[in-house]
Amino acid sequence: MTPLIEARRVWREYGGNIVLENVNARVNAGEFITIVGASGCGKTTFLRMLLGSDSPSRGELLLQGDTIPDEPGPDRGIVFQRYSVFSHLSVLQNVSLGLEFERSPLLARLFGTSRRNAESTARELLTTVGLGHALHRYPFELSGGMQQRLAIAQSLIKRPEILLLDEPFGALDPGIRKDMHELILGLWRETGVTVFMTTHDLEEGFYLGTRLWVFDKIRHDPDNPNRYGAHISYDIPLGKCQPEVLDEIAANRVKATHAGRSDCR
Amino acid sequence: MKRMVNLQPSRAARIGLGLLPLVLLVLAYWLASDARLAENPNDKLMPAFGSFIDAIERLAFEPNKRSGEYLFWNDTAASLKRIGLGVGLSALIGLVFGIACGLLPLVRAGLSPLVTIISLIPPMAILPILFIVFGLGELSKVMLIVIGISPFIIRDLQGRVMEISQEILIKAQTLGANTWQIVVRVVLPQVLPRLLDAVRLSLGSAWLFLIAAEAIAATEGLGYRIFLVRRYMSMDIILPYVAWIALLAFAMDWSLKTLSRWLFPWYFGIGASDKASTESTKVAERTA
Ligand SMILES: Nc1ncnc2c1ncn2[C@@H]1O[C@H](COP(=O)(O)OP(=O)(O)O)[C@@H](O)[C@H]1O
Ligand SMILES: [Mg+2]
Repeated sequence: MTPLIEARRVWREYGGNIVLENVNARVNAGEFITIVGASGCGKTTFLRMLLGSDSPSRGELLLQGDTIPDEPGPDRGIVFQRYSVFSHLSVLQNVSLGLEFERSPLLARLFGTSRRNAESTARELLTTVGLGHALHRYPFELSGGMQQRLAIAQSLIKRPEILLLDEPFGALDPGIRKDMHELILGLWRETGVTVFMTTHDLEEGFYLGTRLWVFDKIRHDPDNPNRYGAHISYDIPLGKCQPEVLDEIAANRVKATHAGRSDCR
Repeated sequence: MKRMVNLQPSRAARIGLGLLPLVLLVLAYWLASDARLAENPNDKLMPAFGSFIDAIERLAFEPNKRSGEYLFWNDTAASLKRIGLGVGLSALIGLVFGIACGLLPLVRAGLSPLVTIISLIPPMAILPILFIVFGLGELSKVMLIVIGISPFIIRDLQGRVMEISQEILIKAQTLGANTWQIVVRVVLPQVLPRLLDAVRLSLGSAWLFLIAAEAIAATEGLGYRIFLVRRYMSMDIILPYVAWIALLAFAMDWSLKTLSRWLFPWYFGIGASDKASTESTKVAERTA
């Protein structure tokens, strides 16, 4: 069976700065991949390559066996840590917009019955994510958690095959994060979407994923930190692995932090 | 005693403080004018307030003896039409080229240097060219305003479009939008309030170019009248006209600001909460 996503010896370098080196992976549809790693290790870069807003400088990144299109499309949704909703549209409009793009090529705007249909689809989804009471508010009137709920609903209206989440809950309070975890797990089970989610929080990664990736550099050159890139240093199926492995990852991180390497060097 | 930087005037104090310099200015004029007129009743430099009223009454409320027109309103209408056309056209040009240059790297590469060069040419220097090409009629005056302010609006708007975060543009693409759809549903609504800001900022220059063009070649208009009566040192007409121009400029600025707040509440952080709460009760009632 062809995997949904396959990375074959993927490199990404910006000039002399090698960010990712030799990343290999196979991901099947329906998995929930959580990606952890120190900041600057190329997690966002990897997501951007899956999205199509960036491409590998060497190697191949395949979507169902074909090279990933080199621009974003409706089959791959994304939620950024911030700035992913449209400030000039109400909550309801933010979500129905995806349907308007699809059903009204010229004006990107629906009227009459077709508009009411799109809105009722959007309203249903918004109710699922817990925003049914805030349909007519503008994003600036929403809390951080509500904005992320909106961003998630906005992406899911297109029924994407892949949902990319780049530190989506990084800016939220711990209590609200817990609610968001249940929300995203529920939606993942319900829709069967394949999720790639980066996070700073190792525990969050353990808790949510079916599989955890750790991005780290294998080799370090203290004089020239950009000489070597990061790759997937751990690829762990969660729920089945020994707890010792998780302890080991956590211990490695503590060691790195003590050595003064809080970012990816 | 609080620090000076922390002292805030109350609402009443703010209005009072704002009016104070104006009142002082009027008072100073009054005293100076009185003193000069006492010395020489024929002094034309600082007419009494009564002369202003007489002059405006003559121009605004009595038909002109020769043409039978009400000159003041004629001048106002002519100038407003020119500035309205000039500013409106500039806004449209600014919007189209600003979005095209800001959003599409290919267009930007082709047009940006040209726009920069045009914006560096002093518009007054090409006024003769405009008169030669477009004649002495309305078109050349409108064109002077357009050439004078549209490069600024284009460049300002291009900057605003480029400030739209990459995440937002990527997000729209993941929702299936093509370039045109991104323009009409994301970029255009996001920059419209900023266009109104740019237009407000360019109103001062627009008036400058209007008055200049009218001073040189026109047969009516506020600028034309001021420069015409200058020959007779008619300060009693010039000063009220200047005040009237200032008032018109202020009214235009205020209307644009009010229009913007009304059209784009999200831009000013004006919530739809009140509306939303009534809506959601309605929804709740319907579902109940
Ligand atoms: N467009 C770019 N041009 C140059 N360098 C970049 C670019 N994008 C990312 N980088 C570099 O790639 C490295 C990894 O960045 P990123 O993927 O954002 O890391 P992470 O998300 O893991 O914190 C950083 O050192 C950053 O400077
Ligand atoms: Mg990142």
